[in-house]
Amino acid sequence: MTMKWKGWALATGVLTISAMAQAAPPSAAMLSNACAGCHGTNGGSAGPSMPSLASQSKEAIVEAMKKFKNGERPSSIMGRIAKGYSDADIATMGEFFSKQKLHATNQTVDAAKVKKGAGLQESNCGRCHIEDGREGKDDTPVMASQWLPYLHMQMELYQSGKRKMPEKMAEKVKPLSNDDIEALLHFYASVK
Amino acid sequence: MTLDRRSFLKLAGAGVGAAGLPMIGRAAELMPKGAKRVVVIGGGYGGTIAAKYIRMMDKSIEVVLIERNDHFVSCPFSNLYIGGVIKDLNPLTIKYDKLAANHGVTVVQAEVTGIDPAGKVVTTSKGTVSYDRLVLSPGIDFRLEEMKGYDAAAMEIMPHAWKAGPQTVLLRKQLEAMKDGGNMVMTVPLAPYRCPPGPYERASMVAHYLKKNKPKSKLIVLDANPDITSKGGLFKKGWKDNYEGIIDYRPAKKVTEVEPGKMTVLIEGLEDVKGDVINVIPPQRAGQIAVAAGLVGDDKNWCPVNPTTFESTKQAGIHVIGDACVAGAMPKSGYSANSEAKICAMNVVALMNGKETTEMSGINTCYSYITDKEAVSVAAVYAVKEGKIIAVPNSGGVSPADFSAAKTEAIYAQSWLKNILTEMST
Ligand SMILES: Cc1cc2nc3c(=O)[nH]c(=O)nc-3n(C[C@H](O)[C@H](O)[C@H](O)COP(=O)(O)OP(=O)(O)OC[C@H]3O[C@@H](n4cnc5c(N)ncnc54)[C@H](O)[C@@H]3O)c2cc1C
Ligand code: HEC
Ligand code: HEC
Repeated sequence: MTMKWKGWALATGVLTISAMAQAAPPSAAMLSNACAGCHGTNGGSAGPSMPSLASQSKEAIVEAMKKFKNGERPSSIMGRIAKGYSDADIATMGEFFSKQKLHATNQTVDAAKVKKGAGLQESNCGRCHIEDGREGKDDTPVMASQWLPYLHMQMELYQSGKRKMPEKMAEKVKPLSNDDIEALLHFYASVK
Repeated sequence: MTLDRRSFLKLAGAGVGAAGLPMIGRAAELMPKGAKRVVVIGGGYGGTIAAKYIRMMDKSIEVVLIERNDHFVSCPFSNLYIGGVIKDLNPLTIKYDKLAANHGVTVVQAEVTGIDPAGKVVTTSKGTVSYDRLVLSPGIDFRLEEMKGYDAAAMEIMPHAWKAGPQTVLLRKQLEAMKDGGNMVMTVPLAPYRCPPGPYERASMVAHYLKKNKPKSKLIVLDANPDITSKGGLFKKGWKDNYEGIIDYRPAKKVTEVEPGKMTVLIEGLEDVKGDVINVIPPQRAGQIAVAAGLVGDDKNWCPVNPTTFESTKQAGIHVIGDACVAGAMPKSGYSANSEAKICAMNVVALMNGKETTEMSGINTCYSYITDKEAVSVAAVYAVKEGKIIAVPNSGGVSPADFSAAKTEAIYAQSWLKNILTEMST
């Protein structure tokens, strides 16, 4: 370091390694830990309405953040937060959360609805929400163990037209009754 | 001091040192230090998270968390309790047993009475504890010298309720006991203080209670600041829509003296205001232990720190996070303390291992309830630029002005509290 800097450091009595060293740019954990105050440690949410990010697919997170950022997807707060990150930051965080263990939840679900949903899911949703919602094709989000109130809120946003449903998903969702949808959401919330 | 020493000598066993000589002037060592130890002072929003994340990142570092109480009551959401929206403080209260068990944090319930930065030792009411690095998250104490007449006895008559717990319960009880038609007075100190929107959320919750239960009563807010310090537009709209004629907001009214016997507060010797219930929020500074350790800056109130490591610029080896520190653009909030704790933890681990440090990236969010079912928020993302913590341009901001998201935010705010308290306690 320069003489000038050292002189200052000596004068103020602060000559520590931390001040000397050049710091590395924010790492995946540095970026992602800041989200945990809302989404839970390592993205495992304690609920009941805040979504878990743990084990969410990288593509789904990147897609969600992009849409929050440009306003395409409605949000109460994520739009304001997503604007603070570059595309590279977002990809880094997506990678971080995708590597965390699925946050299995013990939610109160209706057993009859879960059973009904289990029967409906493969033929209606299983093309994209694969492995009982534990995985997602391309940018399809993981829904296994996701908090039920959150799934309800997102489904309402879809059905009111505020959140745009992928066309192929809409084709499957539209013919179903409200009870069917309700059963499907209970099913996904129950998957561990 | 003498009492303290006597009591910890008793605790240490016999008041006799290892060599069998009476120990004079130095307390017994509470626990011998192994290879690497970080001591964290304060089991609140910042301290619990620093302790946990250091252990999550490096199990070879022993972490000792020292906190004076055996539990912690959250200030966030305590305004909802004061306003009767939540019925008790249980959902706001955490213990330390799971944090200790899950992460191997050694939790010591003791009062820290002194820090020796050169010897790297803290003195507590139970004995001394040595450290390699020290993290302080002691929160705030009050600048009582700027509020004449406001002493410990006055606090029992005119509660501050700015540290959650018995004070919060007292204010709630006083409000409930107040007759319909009585007036509550609340004083707000000049910024910076803990939680910029906190006083205005409190005003909203008190007004919510009065509207429902004491329609003839009023709340007078005496604010030392020239205007509402945070989310001003949103609070003003919320008050106009819901509490017209209930909240009497008076800006630029700096209360400098109280007379508990007369239930009166005085504004710079010019004007006095009477109340049936009086909530005095005094001016604040970093927790006393940080002042005693010589960590406060030129303003004598807050602790300047390195924006990457949160290491004090006054004392090497000591890191300060949370309300007590000056973190550039980051406000004094629970979310900031949480975020700062993780940044600090990561860099403390790096420094303990002689590794490169990492630049900070942080977030703050603060939800404020306007009614029992509507909340508004402020959010920001922070980064370092030219050695200073700044809010990332063109990001963050406050909720939409038309309250279109307020009901949704009131739902998510509850989950925020649950998640952040779960982070702190498990
Ligand atoms: C009414 C109100 C509402 C608020 N609402 C929000 C909100 O909605 N969102 C938000 O983000 N923030 C909010 N805040 C702010 C938030 O409470 C603080 O910013 C946060 O608590 C700061 O964390 P900290 O770790 O610095 O201090 P604290 O959380 O206060 O923790 C300090 C701990 O240190 C201990 N301690 C201090 N000195 C010693 C010592 N010498 N020995 C042993 N132990 C010691 C204390 O007992 C305490 O447990 C609110 C504050 C108030 C007053
Ligand atoms: C203040 C709390 C808060 C913080 C901080 C926060 N989030 Fe969120 N997050 C939410 C809420 C609330 C939602 C639901 C959408 C909304 O209303 O904004 C959400 C939704 C999401 C979703 C969509 C999940 C899904 O399956 O539909 C992603 C992805 C996400 N957040 C990522 C992040 C990342 C990455 C960060 C950190 C950079 C972060 N969040 C920080 C509150 C927060
Ligand atoms: C053609 C593929 C496809 C099909 C079929 C499909 N989905 Fe989706 N689903 C997606 C994609 C892609 C998204 C994310 C889209 C976006 O950005 O909003 C999504 C998102 C969701 C979400 C929001 C989850 C979150 O974390 O935000 C829910 C709930 C959902 N789907 C339910 C269903 C249900 C129920 C079915 C069956 C009836 C179904 N989907 C069928 C592709 C599909």
